[in-house]
Amino acid sequence: MIELREVHKGFGAKKVLQGVNLTIPRGESMVVIGGSGTGKSVLLKCVLGLMTPDAGTILLDGEDVARAERDAFLARFGMLFQGGALFDSLPVWQNVAFRLLRGSLARPRDEAREIAIEKLRRVGLKPDVADLFPAELSGGMQKRVGLARAIAAEPEIIFFDEPTTGLDPIMAGVINELIREIVVEMGATAMTITHDMSSVRAISDKVAMLHEGVIQWTGPVADLDASGDPYVAQFINGSADGPIEAVR
Amino acid sequence: MILTTPLAAIGRSTLALLATIGRVTLFALSALSHILRPPFYPREFGTALLNIGWFSLPVVGLTAIFTGGALALQIYAGGQRFSAEAVVPQIVAIGMVRELGPVLVGLMIAARVTSSIAAEIATMKVTEQIDALVTLSTHPMKYLTAPRVLAAVITVPVLVGIGDIIGIWGGFLVGTGQLGFAPGTYIQNTWDFLETPDVVSSLVKGAVFGFIAAVMGCYHGMNSGRGAQGVGRATKSSVEAAAILILAANFLLTNMFFSS
Ligand SMILES: Nc1ncnc2c1ncn2[C@@H]1O[C@H](COP(=O)(O)OP(=O)(O)OP(=O)(O)O)[C@@H](O)[C@H]1O
Ligand SMILES: [Mg+2]
Repeated sequence: MIELREVHKGFGAKKVLQGVNLTIPRGESMVVIGGSGTGKSVLLKCVLGLMTPDAGTILLDGEDVARAERDAFLARFGMLFQGGALFDSLPVWQNVAFRLLRGSLARPRDEAREIAIEKLRRVGLKPDVADLFPAELSGGMQKRVGLARAIAAEPEIIFFDEPTTGLDPIMAGVINELIREIVVEMGATAMTITHDMSSVRAISDKVAMLHEGVIQWTGPVADLDASGDPYVAQFINGSADGPIEAVR
Repeated sequence: MILTTPLAAIGRSTLALLATIGRVTLFALSALSHILRPPFYPREFGTALLNIGWFSLPVVGLTAIFTGGALALQIYAGGQRFSAEAVVPQIVAIGMVRELGPVLVGLMIAARVTSSIAAEIATMKVTEQIDALVTLSTHPMKYLTAPRVLAAVITVPVLVGIGDIIGIWGGFLVGTGQLGFAPGTYIQNTWDFLETPDVVSSLVKGAVFGFIAAVMGCYHGMNSGRGAQGVGRATKSSVEAAAILILAANFLLTNMFFSS
């Protein structure tokens, strides 16, 4: 279970997170929605310890992540970065199998390569991309390699930062199903950021909306349409009129 | 106000400078400590050895040979004024081994290696690859910095040694081909004149300059600002800092070895 309590984060004078409270129960799929630049990616990075919150606490299974033993903590996580963040000095399969080639989860190279190719298949990529370099792939393919890397070591907790942006609708559907599968079959806890409302409906158990540095609304996905919250209503309808200003 | 503003500015920049020195020192110490503690990444180390050592050979060789040749010409021309042109072999040897070899190789490494390390790591930083490393339980200092620093400390002295030899050879070619020295005498004079401390100081300088070059590249890369501009600025500052620190360290080391 992940709990965020009154998390604040700013950059200089700019306040990004201003008291985020959010609980993600174990084995559930939480989707975070919110306008561009509201701090969704920053939120994920704070939980992972890539950024230190200015105030507030983040608990993982009741333990403060700031005091957790870093290696053991990170070994439980998988993360898909918004921009893919593939290592461009390594071929695709070594990117996917990065964790399996070194450190505590290390295993023989052939085996790691096989697992990498299997994970690539799950995200809809053929085995022949395994030996290409990330720069030789299209944006959407890079995204899927990033996804394969995030799930390669079968982590308990997976964060997806915009897993379907840049993909065609069919591939987006495949990825949505994959994320759902990972949560249901592997019992993983997932936190996904997306702007794609069909993704939200396909993968989430619960939805949280981040707006102006706080969680504006949170609830089960079934309540999304009847949330009664004008911010959520405007967001899911993609309307220019409403409480959220279109110019930011 | 009029008086305090410039004072405040001086104070602020002094504090900023001290803070930077502190950060760089801590970074260098942490790089050293990561070199000594596992896990080690032999593949990264191997790549760094190739990039820093092997692929720098052409640049180092060309720099050294032309410098050695020019040095011979200058010493001959200068020596002639008080009929001391016979000292060409000795002065070329001392000049190359004690000063020009290490300094020129150090500066070429700053230009070639520091810049590429800084640009590569800075690009990794701005494309979130460093964050990705961390989430994959890999310490960036261990995976990126330690192999490069260790490789530089090992290979740059070797490069300096090779540069010294090629530089002396450049002087030899000019001396025997153009200035009329007998090859046997030239080599004999060079050999007799060089002493162990000359060579030791040359190699020690190489190791120190290699350390400076790699640490500066990694430090500025890791602390790069955002975007393409951030990468550009990181690369520029890394080469500036490495070059200046190498020259300053050279002065200190020369003082240490030769001012008695
Ligand atoms: N390292 C940083 N330094 C300074 N400002 C930052 C940094 N990272 C993020 N920000 C700022 O924090 C704000 C939130 O950024 P974030 O990337 O979390 O947005 P987001 O909600 O993920 O948006 P999008 O949906 O477009 O990805 C932005 O205004 C951004 O400029
Ligand atoms: Mg984002």
